[in-house]
Amino acid sequence: MDSGDAAWVLTSAALVMLMTPGLAFFYGGMVRAKSVLNMIMMSLGSMAVVGVLWVLYGYSIAFGQDVGGGLLGDPTEFLGLRGLIDGSAMSGSIPTIVFVAFQAMFAIITVALISGAIADRARFGPWLVFAGLWATLVYFPAAHWVFSFDDEETGYVGGWIANSLEAIDFAGGTAVHINAGAAALALALVLGRRRNWPQDPGRPHNLPFVVLGAALLWFGWFGFNAGSALAADATAGLVMVNTLVATGAAILGWLLVERIRDGHATTLGAASGIVAGLVAITPAGASVSPVGAVALGVLAGAVCALAIGLKYRLGYDDSLDVVGVHLVGGMIGTVMIGLLASEEAGGVAGLFYGGGLDLLWRQTVGALAVLAFSFVVSLLLALAIKATIGFRAKPEDEDLGVDRTEHAESAYALAGPATASRTESPGAAPSGSTDGPVIAERSSR
Amino acid sequence: MRLVTAIVRSAALDDIRAGLDRLGVLGMTVSEARGYGRQKGRTEVYRGAGYAVDYITKLRVEVLVDETRTEDVIRTVVEAARTGEVGDGKVWVTPVETVVRVRTGERDSEAI
Repeated sequence: MDSGDAAWVLTSAALVMLMTPGLAFFYGGMVRAKSVLNMIMMSLGSMAVVGVLWVLYGYSIAFGQDVGGGLLGDPTEFLGLRGLIDGSAMSGSIPTIVFVAFQAMFAIITVALISGAIADRARFGPWLVFAGLWATLVYFPAAHWVFSFDDEETGYVGGWIANSLEAIDFAGGTAVHINAGAAALALALVLGRRRNWPQDPGRPHNLPFVVLGAALLWFGWFGFNAGSALAADATAGLVMVNTLVATGAAILGWLLVERIRDGHATTLGAASGIVAGLVAITPAGASVSPVGAVALGVLAGAVCALAIGLKYRLGYDDSLDVVGVHLVGGMIGTVMIGLLASEEAGGVAGLFYGGGLDLLWRQTVGALAVLAFSFVVSLLLALAIKATIGFRAKPEDEDLGVDRTEHAESAYALAGPATASRTESPGAAPSGSTDGPVIAERSSR
Repeated sequence: MRLVTAIVRSAALDDIRAGLDRLGVLGMTVSEARGYGRQKGRTEVYRGAGYAVDYITKLRVEVLVDETRTEDVIRTVVEAARTGEVGDGKVWVTPVETVVRVRTGERDSEAI
């Protein structure tokens, strides 16, 4: 065991964990004041459900011995993490249980990312059901495809994208971002538009929250990307540099589009550019030079800034642009490796560095395979939930705000006279009542 | 008694208060208000989507005065709030039947 490597991966795991509450603020600031708590709760719910499933069988599906074709790990091999907790199991130079902790955070954030597509209108219970089923049927297998590498020494067989196709996805451009983006598109289509959309697309209620969230995401993303080296070494260093400059370049790309198209560079644009750049460098961090990372970042920022307009043309309400940022940014990062990969950085050359079309083809197949798989299964899952327990809040609840109707809370009670007093029977009022069910409003005299 | 109500730009408040202080008029109520008049709203852009902000934020200043001082107060407020641009606001005066000071029970002119 290399304790330096183990220490870095443990630290990275904690960094990646922080991304999900960061995402909650990033998304929460972008919705209206009446649904910010629900937005945050979808991220917290993902941490709860997916974390539990990960130790029960998720890790085993993703990283258990392949059951055939590189499609799925054996769900029973590490059921309840059996065999992994006595400290003898190793993954490279680090204990496997450290790797389990690190990868758990990836599963959590991937599910949470999807929630941006269904802001203001989803019921919380069905979201938790979706989160658990989606992690099981889509994320855990996709993580197996992409992150699970063969090991000839132990006879371990992993996933098909990593080992048969040999596409490069360093930290999850396909398994995390294309995957979440495609699922987001499916959910936006099944749940449908918010009331009054697109006439009222919903003005963000707290831009400083959005920036706070983007900052936490960027910070945590150093663990996400550089931690994926699974070692405290020069690769981790290169990835960290690339995660810095690609992101800065993406801010510039996004703001340039805004300045030309809309007249002003906006704070929301800068925060969005941060995420677009981070998404794009995720698969490519260990394959491109820092100059290549700048080119990739500018491209991702500019193209994502243009792509978020698609939903208005095509008529789907992907409320917080999960498709425009994560699906499109993930595609750019994954496919551009085929052009920008530099032998000096990662040992493989893309088209621009004399490597021919071979890598570009592998990258494109890997990206499209995850996109198609995720979209189809997500669509079926969402339709099944819609047909059974229902997924969407009632129209009148959407008008009142899902914070009030799903959680019986309001985010802000800042200044002003007391308008609430304690009630003895919190659950007494009928759910879905159009009046505040829990808080008795004090009548004014 | 009269109630002088003024809808003014936020930036005018300090000058209005200083002017009324000089007049010896003590006390005012200030609240935030939104509305529109001849001043056009503005457009904000979030991720490429334009939002028309039609209701502009102003301050509502309310001052209770004895009718003998009404013209002085109006003049002071108008002078302090005027920039000459569209959107300076409005001042109006309404008659007030009774005023009571809560602490002492004093009424009308004594309560102002």
